[in-house]
Amino acid sequence: MGIKLSLAAVLGLVLAAYIGVTAAGLYHFFGVSLPYLAISLFLGGVVYRVLKWARAPVPFRIPTTAGQEKSMPWVKHSRFDNPSTKGETVVRMLLEVFLFRSLFRNTKFEIEKGPRIFYQWEKWLWLAGLAFHYCFLVILIRHLRFFTEPVPFFVQGIEKLDGFFQVGLPGIYVTDGIFMLAVTYLIIRRLIIPQVRYISLPQDYFPLFLLFAIGTTGILTRYVIKVDLIKVKTLAMGLISFHPVVPAGIGAIFFIHLALVSTLFAYFPFSKLMHAGGIFLSPTRNLPNDSRMRRHINPWNYPVKVHTYAQYEDHFREKMVEAGLPVEKELEQAPPVAGKP
Amino acid sequence: MAKVPKPSELKLEHKFPETGWMDTPAVFSPGNFSYPGKAKNLKVLGLANPREWSPTDDDWKLPSDWKKILLEGLRERLDKYRSLKVFMDICVRCGACADKCHFYLGSGDPKNMPVLRAELLRSVYRKEFSLAGKLMGKMVGARDLTEDVVKEWFMYFFQCTECRRCSLFCPYGIDTAEFTIIGRELLNLIGCNIDWVVGPAANCYQTGNHLGIQPHAFKDMLEFFVDEIEAVNGIRIEPSFNRKGAEVLFVTPSGDVFADPGTYTLMGYLMLFHEIGLDYTWSTYASEGGNFGFFTSHEMMKRLNSKMYAEAKRLGVKYIIGGECGHMWRVVNQYMDTVNGPADFLEVPVSPITGTRFDNAASTKMIHIVEFTADLIRNGKLKLDASRNDNHIVTYHDSCNTARGMGFLDEPRYVLNSVCNNFHEMPPNTIREQTFCCGSGSGLNNDEFMEMRMRGGLPRANAVRHVHDKFGVNTLSCICAIDRAVLPTLMNYWVPDVSVYGLHELVGNAMVMEGETERTTDLRGEPLPGMEDNENEDI
Repeated sequence: MGIKLSLAAVLGLVLAAYIGVTAAGLYHFFGVSLPYLAISLFLGGVVYRVLKWARAPVPFRIPTTAGQEKSMPWVKHSRFDNPSTKGETVVRMLLEVFLFRSLFRNTKFEIEKGPRIFYQWEKWLWLAGLAFHYCFLVILIRHLRFFTEPVPFFVQGIEKLDGFFQVGLPGIYVTDGIFMLAVTYLIIRRLIIPQVRYISLPQDYFPLFLLFAIGTTGILTRYVIKVDLIKVKTLAMGLISFHPVVPAGIGAIFFIHLALVSTLFAYFPFSKLMHAGGIFLSPTRNLPNDSRMRRHINPWNYPVKVHTYAQYEDHFREKMVEAGLPVEKELEQAPPVAGKP
Repeated sequence: MAKVPKPSELKLEHKFPETGWMDTPAVFSPGNFSYPGKAKNLKVLGLANPREWSPTDDDWKLPSDWKKILLEGLRERLDKYRSLKVFMDICVRCGACADKCHFYLGSGDPKNMPVLRAELLRSVYRKEFSLAGKLMGKMVGARDLTEDVVKEWFMYFFQCTECRRCSLFCPYGIDTAEFTIIGRELLNLIGCNIDWVVGPAANCYQTGNHLGIQPHAFKDMLEFFVDEIEAVNGIRIEPSFNRKGAEVLFVTPSGDVFADPGTYTLMGYLMLFHEIGLDYTWSTYASEGGNFGFFTSHEMMKRLNSKMYAEAKRLGVKYIIGGECGHMWRVVNQYMDTVNGPADFLEVPVSPITGTRFDNAASTKMIHIVEFTADLIRNGKLKLDASRNDNHIVTYHDSCNTARGMGFLDEPRYVLNSVCNNFHEMPPNTIREQTFCCGSGSGLNNDEFMEMRMRGGLPRANAVRHVHDKFGVNTLSCICAIDRAVLPTLMNYWVPDVSVYGLHELVGNAMVMEGETERTTDLRGEPLPGMEDNENEDI
């Protein structure tokens, strides 16, 4: 149900944009209003979500320690898997954010009669995840060409690197291909790995189909149903300078692409895509394992009902004295225990 | 009590039902759940809704406003724990955690995949706390909180040992233990708990330890071990109790006082402290290192843990040494100072024998006996004869809590390698931070849960069997009282030739003590290597 629903939603978006511009002529809506709405929702939503998370306190220091703690000087400390200082924790976070350190540990289980369990090498999810995110980043940076004049050097540099394997015109970008492969892999694994399929919700399929459609329409505009890039840039520059104009004669495929991208941005803060921000606030990763060295303060720590030593001794005094255990109050000076003569 | 099927009869398939998980109800059957908390224990602790009931009943006798209580409880905790709030929102269901859980590997029940365990709570959160969930319901993975959902929570939050192995593999560090801990906390608000947790917690609260050992009995039991040691090596040890002015307070799980093989580990502690002449005391009031309160709620954890600092203050000691225990050390390392500190009446621990200052415990002022011993060995302060353990081909089980809640990995290995000559590691993805749970942690080490325990312990046992077959390993060492209580049963079930030893039992075997008589047996009274012929001489 989730698969069909998500697929239908994405196809519906494509169709709506196509009909919207070709039949209804809603160029301004799809070229200006929708992108503005989307970016507002994106920025506002992300800020709202992060603030909402950050408002909740971190009562306890609960890092998942993934290596040897800082101990005596002669014990080799695993600094970045079990950081004990802020600096080391920053490195741990960088490894997590840029290299997906935790996911790199992934394995896959196999079970044989006996039962015997084996753990297989499984880095495909890590690889596809990393490839997807980095390609997405490069593609995003390449798109800055449309929003800048002159185009900054790093955008040109990245384009050059990305188009390294130039075959014919226009140059093929490596990242386009890897992006599509990675997204396809992520869709297929969700469909065929039984564990993952069983846990998948519509909101897991929808972003993948959406990204697939964004990639496809993007590639179409560049290589197949080419659109006038000068006009696209005019539109983009208009948007970014808050003097939006929609030049006539940009093909419908561009508006479909733009509508899908707008949907992604608008959808982002209200979905699991916020994992991008959440990782930074994850208490099992962003705290040093130093709570024996430095006291961590819980802002809502409150007094609780405890069973005091005095109550304990009152309860057991006779037995303690008899067993020769030291007591605070000797038997004769202690008040009579309730319920005893 | 349910009969546990033999290993060869145990059915294990990782299949998925035709129905989606929301439409597949939890079915309580003998061996897959723990008995509910007894009313008398709930009353001792002042917990909600004490009553007699059973998970197999249709009517769980919940309070009439149970739903309101749970939702208010959830709202409150979302505002108090960033972990919970962030983890509710950021899971992408990538499935990396799915096959990392020992209960999933051993049971094949999809709801034991960490991601689904969390979704049990997340689905209700979506329904009640998100607009999309309110509007679109099941379409976006949201569902109403019903009594069936409560039953499902009870089933699966008490089929999780809070071992945090999943959190190691999660790309965002989502920790299912947070869902389990807080899920159990919520269930406690309406009186749904298991007796194997609230029973020990009630005992600990009133009597000072989980097993309800009263002060005079505690002293008696330790004196029994003193006799045992004397029988082994002729040395008479005189431990002190509740003694003011001692330099160190020693606290260890009461399981070590009560049952084999933990008792041998405790004999190891007694011998070590005697040998180095440590000025220390036991306490009958703070006679529990473990903390079953932690398996009830954060508040109960604080209530039970408070005794350690309170007693250290009353006795006027300088610092605390803690015995071998898993969850005790997660609490000491990650919670104690925060909930019951600051321990400004104590001093930064300094070993009186080596002069080593334990700056890694500068704030809690509590050190692990294994780091204390490792430091003694490093400085050559112990005379050790590792050959006394030559009949042991040893492997080492990292406890989940000391591994992933502390990173206490190489200290025990250093001690182990100093006291025995034959040590073999289990495969890399089953040890250290990737260690597998014993299958019985977090208060699930009860008899009625045995089938699930044997299932959950399978990945651990599987790795032990590997080194048993490959290197002839016959000894599984550990630094956790629950491990010592449950691994013998697990080994007996899956790898019958392997015995379980606490680390300080092996230390006690190897330690050559000042003035000892010639030793012919280990602490269990079994002949030392090369002494097998003397075995019957005494008789």
